Amino acid sequence: MREPTTRPDQHHFFADLDETPLLGVDAIDEHAAPASMWQDAWRNLRRRPLFWISAVLIVVVLAVAIAPSLFTSIDPNAKTACDLSHSLEGPSAGHPMGYTFQGCDVYSRVVYGARPSVAVGVLTTIIVVLIGVAVGAFAGFFGGWFDSLLSRVTDIFFAIPFVLAAIVVMSSLKSHRGVITVVIVLGVFGWPQVARITRGAVLGLKNSDFVTASTALGTSRLATLRRHILPNAAAPIIVYATVALGTFIVAEATLSFLGIGLPDSVISWGGDISTAQRNIRTDPMVLFWPAAALAITVLSFIMMGDVVRDALDPKARKR
Amino acid sequence: MTTNLDATGAPIQQHGTEPLLKVRDLQVSFTTSTGQVQAVRGADLTIYPGQTVAIVGESGSGKSTTAHAVIDLLPGTGKVTGGTIEFGGRDITHLSAKEMVEIRGAQIGLVPQDPMSNLNPVWKIGYQVKEALKANGIATGSEADKRVTELLAEAGLPDAERRANQYPHEFSGGMRQRALIAIGLAARPDLLIADEPTSALDVTVQRVILDHLQSLTEELGTAVLFITHDLGLAAERAEHLVVMYKGQVVESGPARKILSAPQHPYTQRLVASAPSLASRRIQSAKERGIESDELLASTGGTAKPKADDVVRVENLTKVFQIRGSRPGKHTEFTAVDDVSFAVKRGTTMAVVGESGSGKSTVANMVLNLLEPTQGKIFFDGTDLSTLGKDELFAFRRRVQPIFQNPYGSLDPMYSIYRTIEEPLRVHKVGDKKSREARVRELLDMVALPASTMRRFPNELSGGQRQRIAIARALALKPEMIVCDEAVSALDVLVQAQILELLNDLQAELGLSYLFITHDLAVVRQIADEVCVMESGRLVERATTDEVFDDPKQQYTRELLDAIPGSKLEVFGGDAA
Amino acid sequence: MAWYIGRRLLQMIPVFIGATLLIYAMVFLVPGDPILALAGDKGMSDALHDQLVAQYHLDQPFLVQYLHYLQGILTLDFGTTYSGRDVGDVMREIFPVTIQLAVMALIFEGVFGIGFGLIAGLRKGKIFDSTMLVASLIVIAIPTFVLGFVLQFVVGVKWGLLPPTVGSDVSVRTLLMPAIVLGSVSFAYVLRLTRTSVSENLSADYVRTATAKGLGRRRVVSVHVLRNSLIPVITFLGADLGALMSGAIITEGIFNINGVGGTLYHAILTSQGPTVVSITTILVIVYIFANLAVDLLYAVLDPRIRYA
Repeated sequence: MREPTTRPDQHHFFADLDETPLLGVDAIDEHAAPASMWQDAWRNLRRRPLFWISAVLIVVVLAVAIAPSLFTSIDPNAKTACDLSHSLEGPSAGHPMGYTFQGCDVYSRVVYGARPSVAVGVLTTIIVVLIGVAVGAFAGFFGGWFDSLLSRVTDIFFAIPFVLAAIVVMSSLKSHRGVITVVIVLGVFGWPQVARITRGAVLGLKNSDFVTASTALGTSRLATLRRHILPNAAAPIIVYATVALGTFIVAEATLSFLGIGLPDSVISWGGDISTAQRNIRTDPMVLFWPAAALAITVLSFIMMGDVVRDALDPKARKR
Repeated sequence: MTTNLDATGAPIQQHGTEPLLKVRDLQVSFTTSTGQVQAVRGADLTIYPGQTVAIVGESGSGKSTTAHAVIDLLPGTGKVTGGTIEFGGRDITHLSAKEMVEIRGAQIGLVPQDPMSNLNPVWKIGYQVKEALKANGIATGSEADKRVTELLAEAGLPDAERRANQYPHEFSGGMRQRALIAIGLAARPDLLIADEPTSALDVTVQRVILDHLQSLTEELGTAVLFITHDLGLAAERAEHLVVMYKGQVVESGPARKILSAPQHPYTQRLVASAPSLASRRIQSAKERGIESDELLASTGGTAKPKADDVVRVENLTKVFQIRGSRPGKHTEFTAVDDVSFAVKRGTTMAVVGESGSGKSTVANMVLNLLEPTQGKIFFDGTDLSTLGKDELFAFRRRVQPIFQNPYGSLDPMYSIYRTIEEPLRVHKVGDKKSREARVRELLDMVALPASTMRRFPNELSGGQRQRIAIARALALKPEMIVCDEAVSALDVLVQAQILELLNDLQAELGLSYLFITHDLAVVRQIADEVCVMESGRLVERATTDEVFDDPKQQYTRELLDAIPGSKLEVFGGDAA
Repeated sequence: MAWYIGRRLLQMIPVFIGATLLIYAMVFLVPGDPILALAGDKGMSDALHDQLVAQYHLDQPFLVQYLHYLQGILTLDFGTTYSGRDVGDVMREIFPVTIQLAVMALIFEGVFGIGFGLIAGLRKGKIFDSTMLVASLIVIAIPTFVLGFVLQFVVGVKWGLLPPTVGSDVSVRTLLMPAIVLGSVSFAYVLRLTRTSVSENLSADYVRTATAKGLGRRRVVSVHVLRNSLIPVITFLGADLGALMSGAIITEGIFNINGVGGTLYHAILTSQGPTVVSITTILVIVYIFANLAVDLLYAVLDPRIRYA
């Protein structure tokens, strides 16, 4: 056979083995540390400054909510807490944020106001996740008429705007207002969104090969849902729950502001803002402090939700 | 003047003497969260006008990156950090964005890989082709519309005028690829970069499109830079090959030379492992009456003891109800139509077909994941439909699946240990200690170190995950394993490894395989018997030897012809 | 396509019935006698009390009450308020104001949300993007009523740039600040949605094909990236119209606007059940039709949906 003539630069060339060493086909690197998805996500999270900022803020907020007496010696609930002679005075020693129109110390009210707001946020989130995940998972996994029924129900709840529904119900429950009532009302109208997210996640996972493999093993459907699908659906739910916690706190503050949220007997940021707005032209700072506390609290949760979503993003993790 | 022949024995046309594309010592790097990664390290490439050159490599070889660097289309953080790219004598390595825009389309065209994701779903096909004409100043207005129809027809799209008014999702995969070819050639570039243009398509469609592309580019005198992972395909279509490995060019030269006398160990591995080439060699060995040692399946030649059927399928039919757009109106889709075959114990039965042939549906029914509409499945003589709940549970231990996508078949939340242990736990086999011992044993069987137990799927490569999937399938000591395109998503060398592993396990454990695949070349290596399916029907059923030597059906012949490299001349060490 | 519309309309019916039933239940099934609550501390003569009860069917079983109410809606008779005014008349007065407010808010959040979101998405990871991300989070974190008061005070009173209240002077200028306040949270969501959509689509395969054809960057972004990215954004905007009209409650209260929100709030506080229910029902109907319009719009924007 004749050697074919080739053009310049296209002769048969092969590289020196030293410069192009062959690696074993598909070898495992035994020295790398094992890493589950959560460990990977944690490593990703650790490197983000926003994570640390929001984590610190959340810890501070929770501490204030759980043990307000650690942060102030004044008890704003006491009968002697307010003295009209100090009405709308500015900051002074021991009273860094000044006084309200009633002569109450603003700082201690801000500190004690954390607990009801945070409690509403946390409890509502728990309820909403429990109901929403259960409904969404069953609808997505079992499908059929159950899914259609649940979709219609969620549509109905979606058709009524959240805040509006809360306002209508709370105003009817005038005599029964309290933290638990607010939690229940917000929870009843807040679960459809979680159900929708869960259903979407479950639908996406239902046809994965690892789910089919588990079925082919003989795992019951319910067990497959519990052991394989739900853990993998956790990521978007966690992200949403973190952000939702923030929005529930805003919702509660809005209701309290309108006078139909927490009763006057409970110190709340929303209620204080409502009272303070009457004097906004002369003493805006009385409104500013509870508003800032509210904003920072909510911000810390939704910022955390944002940062966790980025860390759990599969595109960021893919090797 | 000596006539040069390409790898299929056809004479090569002579073209101009100055290189059209000259890439020298190209360096491309990406910035990741862990630092800079060198994707291409010192690549050299030369293409002459009108010539077809192929870059061959596995994933991570840098072949696509090199091609995209030429037209400055590197994704994400990719950057050319060294070397030169000369096109038509002009240095285009660091051109401004505006100048690059002028080169793209008009002088260098691109035909990308995945036809579905590469066409904008919200614009009509005709519009997208017209854009290419307008952007490169070829034509506008009604002139352009006419040209669009001409281009689509030229690319082989039937009924081009009507089709131009349709959307991508109304086209089949092959049609979309033709539209992409029309777009790539619209402005008559001097060089066309074809990035794995047909790897997402069925084999028969692949051949037709590539033939068409070849004749079109020859007619127009367009040079083609062909990217592919299939060495047989590359040798068939190009006269000059460049083999890349881990970002470097390890070998390059005339296709014939590389195939007959590869010098670099990596190329040698590739030549040895590529299924299309192996299939060709087995066939040619047979033709010469020699036993090829590449044949993984047991030959049907020697007399074997009569084996019973581990699985027997009779008149299997599956009809799906598809919800139509009108309420109450359902269309029926027959995925599997009256299929019958039997798998002998200890052998491998391949079910071959293109997409829509129903082969996966058959596999799912054998695994009892789908109810057949009609027909019976017998496992070890027992009719599956007569099994009660507990018996069915016990049945599952005896048949296990391995799926195609290694990235979806392992639960990302489970450690490898948990994944392999799950079958044992579900069927309550042994206690914790004995299960751990069994997991170690299984990892050893699939040639993975025991330390893999603590790892998670996202740390492993595709081939490693498939081994885990195999280990999981073996946990309960099944009699049969259904491999649903189990090696189709793997790189060539890894694929060869897995096929050998499957073969060894079969010999050691007496396993039977139902091997679903679209790749007849793989079938040649591993299967004893073959069922060919088309559109739900069983078209031909015979031993592998019979199918390859004497195919009785036209469709089977088409499938055989479509294997890349089927037209290559005989190689195998005796290039005299 | 016609079947797609028809099917969506049919699906709306159970939702409508369910939603109105739910609203009615929320208002009237709650413990307490609404008529007495209305009278407050003043008390009410028995005759007047019985007359009102009969007029509003409050002595009949709940479902019968609901059916009377449903019948009313379908004949566009929304009854009368407890003080005797025809609810239909009241709504004719207040709806145009709120619609104007909501539309202005929608334009604000649409134009600025998409605009900033587009730039942020194109320059992902850079200064503008990071700033926008943090800014949008802050906007979401600050409750609307706080933002309303602060802006009213700073812009309206201190700087005097825009009138701090609206009252009976309804115009684009007076509604400008309320519209911005109303649309602020949605603006943040639109910005983020656009940004995510754009940055995802920028790395899409078909964008690479478009660039490989020889298209300039501007055309690639406007024709390919933007067009595809806008699909989820526009659907969000469409659904938001209904949410805006309901969220106006607070904004209208702060800026003293005689619109749906203000009237609704007043009716809630004075336990005017029929008024509350009527107005809420209209809001729900608006929301349902807005969703339907969004679905249709979606089908126009995305050809793949048309054959579903």
